[in-house]
Amino acid sequence: MRFTVVTATRTSTITALLAIPAIVLLFALPAFASRALLQELFYVFTMLALAQLWNLLAGCAGLVSVGQQAFVGVGAYALFAFTVMAGFDAVPSIVLAGVVAGMVAVPAALIVFRLRGAYFAIGTWVVAEVCRLIMAQVKQLGGGTGTSLPTDVAGSILGLDQVRDLFSVRGPAARDILAYWLALLLAVGTFILVYRLLRSRYGLALSAIGDAEAAAESAGVDVFRTKLLIYVLTAIATGMAGALIFLQKARISPDAAFSLLDWTAYVIFIVVIGGIGSMEGPIIGVLIFYLLQYYLAALGSWYLIILGGLAILLMLFAPSGVWGVISQAFDISLFPVRRRLIAPGNVAKEKESSV
Amino acid sequence: MLGWVDTLLQGILLGGLYSLYATGLSVIFGIMRLVNLAHGDLIVLAAFLMLALAAIGVPVVLAVAVVVPLMFAAGYALQSVLLNRALGRNILPPLLITFGLSIIVQNGLLETFSADTRRLDVGHLQSASLPLGGGIAVGLMPLICLAAAVGVIMLLNGVFYRTALGRAFRATSDDVEIAQLMGINNKSIYAVTMGIALAVCAIAGLFLGARANFDPSIGPARLLYAFEAVIIGGLGSLWGTLAGGIVVGLAQTIGAHIDPEWQILSGHVAFLIVLVIRPRGLFPRAVD
Repeated sequence: MRFTVVTATRTSTITALLAIPAIVLLFALPAFASRALLQELFYVFTMLALAQLWNLLAGCAGLVSVGQQAFVGVGAYALFAFTVMAGFDAVPSIVLAGVVAGMVAVPAALIVFRLRGAYFAIGTWVVAEVCRLIMAQVKQLGGGTGTSLPTDVAGSILGLDQVRDLFSVRGPAARDILAYWLALLLAVGTFILVYRLLRSRYGLALSAIGDAEAAAESAGVDVFRTKLLIYVLTAIATGMAGALIFLQKARISPDAAFSLLDWTAYVIFIVVIGGIGSMEGPIIGVLIFYLLQYYLAALGSWYLIILGGLAILLMLFAPSGVWGVISQAFDISLFPVRRRLIAPGNVAKEKESSV
Repeated sequence: MLGWVDTLLQGILLGGLYSLYATGLSVIFGIMRLVNLAHGDLIVLAAFLMLALAAIGVPVVLAVAVVVPLMFAAGYALQSVLLNRALGRNILPPLLITFGLSIIVQNGLLETFSADTRRLDVGHLQSASLPLGGGIAVGLMPLICLAAAVGVIMLLNGVFYRTALGRAFRATSDDVEIAQLMGINNKSIYAVTMGIALAVCAIAGLFLGARANFDPSIGPARLLYAFEAVIIGGLGSLWGTLAGGIVVGLAQTIGAHIDPEWQILSGHVAFLIVLVIRPRGLFPRAVD
């Protein structure tokens, strides 16, 4: 008997085909969208990237971190160091900032991996605090009060002139367009990275670890190496997101760059409300989060109380999130990462039903 | 030299406060392997409750007598209404519920009491000190705080090792399935555990408010100190937690003595060093 392993479904093929024109459309958006809309979408895309990464870490690898602000902050500070202190261009600096975040993640992982479960979570938080306190000591980058990106750095980013000529806009508007494109690239790149990773042998290893760590280990999965790989990869991409976010903000301070609320609490909320452990969850989550913020952020601390309350209710009554409820009710998966085993006789049937 | 002796003494006394923060966390972890991310905010909540009672003319001693049972009831309710429903192999639901709770408590306090820094008025105790000779004196309040930390641990150990209830606690901690077979209702044990933890939080809140200024935003930092004390001490041992608190306190005052900006950082670094050298802490008892 020969069995076939299948991940794709008809829905997923259609979704993938539809995603391509959607992304092309988003890339062309600066030609007709307002500057304000591009700025809003910049925020949505960077939060989506952070959410996909946290989802990979916590939802798929079981590494529940509440310290991802460490890598956002390290990436952001690395960007400022490369551009302000070393005089590099901002775009390659974003990539370098990711590398720096990855280099910080290796020793951090070796320490916090000694803690398990919930204690791992607080351990990552301590690491983030250590990074924040160390960065507050760097006087060249403004110490505890922070610093602004000099206008000559912000005004001479790679590709800025071309964007200015292409859309015939002024400097600040061209910067927003460039930042928007970079954010879109980051969000799409992160999505493809996570999606491909989960459909590769590492994805299989991760779901095995999630089901039974000891059994996975005895079946030949190198648990430590797999987790380390996911942790460092996530840190690199999170660092790049942090660099991009603070390039756009053009101002940095330790409290803003290492904010637990902005870069971890909101991100966790997005993943949890959308549906943890799925590719679709963070996308739905970021849309719900954006709407909530749009309509309720003016309430100040009451807004945060509502978010906290929603998270608690969700954990009690629908721990699989909005997408979990939808996909269970209608049995659909737009970006499937689960493998289905199909017996020889059923291959034909499967083909028939998909005609 | 005198400066260093004073620094070490202050560090040990500060450690008393930190181990009070940590005792509740240690108890919760020891019995139900749960981490309460709202722990620090609940300590701050207790301090604000005492402040509110003091504002309507209730003396501090009486305020403590009201807030400690109140926090016990709140812990019992929190566990039986919310956390017991989310127990299981997956650590995410309880972690995120307490994370949500932390945000609610913090912002609720901000909305009710504003972001102003406050302090509990404990009368002449505030500035009273005990001369030890040789030009060194220790504050009476920090000393009482350390004594309270030791007292709480002795009391809890007495309950855990000398009473029938304590036996049920230890049985649940060792093996919850077997304990259930023996007729123990683990959910009610968990509720009492959370009640005890929050009652200790109330005592910690008293000393937090009496020793230093506080405002609604300082909870998470207290959670981190408490967590570090628990891990340094070793999981499952309350005396270890006291030692862990003292290590964090000493590291912070020594760091601050070298450069005031290094105070908090040195505490965290000491924790990371212990984690590298002795990942199971100084006095481990439980296996997680």
